[in-house]
Amino acid sequence: MKYQNGLLILMVMVLSIAPLIFIRGEYEGADGQAEAAITELNADYEPWFNPLFEPPGEVESLLFAAQAAFGAGVIGYVIGLYQGRSKQRKQTHESSD
Amino acid sequence: MNVRHQKWITLGLIAGLSSYIVLGSATPAAAMHIAEGFLPIQWAVFWWVISLPFFVLGLRSVSRITSQHPELKLLLALAGAFTFVLSALKLPSVTGSCSHPTGTGLGTILFGPLTMTVLGSLVLLFQAVLLAHGGLTTLGANLFSMAIVGPFFTYGIYALMKGGNQKFAIFFASALGNLSTYIATSIQLALAFPAASGGILASFIKFAGIFAITQVPLAISEGLLTVLVWNWLQSYGHRELNVLKLIKQEH
Repeated sequence: MKYQNGLLILMVMVLSIAPLIFIRGEYEGADGQAEAAITELNADYEPWFNPLFEPPGEVESLLFAAQAAFGAGVIGYVIGLYQGRSKQRKQTHESSD
Repeated sequence: MNVRHQKWITLGLIAGLSSYIVLGSATPAAAMHIAEGFLPIQWAVFWWVISLPFFVLGLRSVSRITSQHPELKLLLALAGAFTFVLSALKLPSVTGSCSHPTGTGLGTILFGPLTMTVLGSLVLLFQAVLLAHGGLTTLGANLFSMAIVGPFFTYGIYALMKGGNQKFAIFFASALGNLSTYIATSIQLALAFPAASGGILASFIKFAGIFAITQVPLAISEGLLTVLVWNWLQSYGHRELNVLKLIKQEH
C-alpha cells in the first residue's frame, strides 16, 4: 500500500511537470480563452457585471495558497487523527490478548 | 505483482505519457469556471433556478448526516477540504496552459452527490467572492457544472463499476466526473453563445475544444489523488467507512 501511494504521488508529479519541460506555452491561468471565444462568437457581448472585489496578483496567489493550505491542513489533521486512533486500538488489542 | 506485470505497467505509462505530450500542442487555452458577467442575464438566472433545488436538497442531506451520525463530521470536513485543495491547484497541462481539478469525486463516493453540491458551492462561493474566479452572477451555472453534473456523473460511473476492482472504479469515476464538469461548462457556454453559422453544436465544439485536451491530464491527476486519499481512509478509517456502508444499506 505504501508503495502504491508513492507511485500515485509520483504519477501526479510527472503529469504536472512533464508539460512544463516538453511544451512551451504561456501557462496562463486565465479563464481568458473562453472569454476570447465568446467575444469571437458574439462581438457585441459586454460582460454586464464585474467582480465586486478583484485581488491584485500577489494577493490572489496568497489567497490561492491560503485555500490550499487550509484544505491540506484539514486533510492532514483528519488522516493523522484516524491513524493515531487505529494505532492505539491495535495496541490495546495486543495488550489485552 | 510480479516483474512481468511491472514491466507492462511501466511500458504502458511510458506510452501513455509520450502520446499525451505529442497530442497536446502548445496552443494557449485555459478556462475553469465561467467568469463574472460572462453569461447573458437570462441564462444566469436560468442556471440559478435549476441549481437551487439541488442545493436545498443537499443541505437537507448534510444536516441529516451530521445529526444522525455526528461521528462522520470529520470525514465530511475531509471531503470538503479535498475539493478546497484540489480546486486551488492550478496545474500546468499539455496545452501550455493551466487549469484545475474539481476534487468533488471523493466526497461523492463517500457521501453521495447531493452532499457535494453543498461542499462544492462553498468552494465556488469562496473563489467567486475573494478570488474573482468564477462569479456571483455565474455561480448558478458553475454550481450546476461543478457541484451537480460532476458529482452525479461520478456517482453513476461508480455505481456501474464498483462491482469490479474498487480502486479502478474510484479512479475512473472521479476522473470522468472531472471531465463531465467541463463538458457541462462547454454546453452552458454553447447554449448562451450559439455560433452564427452552425449554431449551438458548432460553438459547443469550439468551447469543448478549449477545455478538452487541457482537462484530460488534470482529470487523470484528480483520479490518482482521489485513490490516494481513499487508500489512507482504507488503512485508518475502517470505522467511518463501515458506518457509511450501513447508511447506504438503509436507503
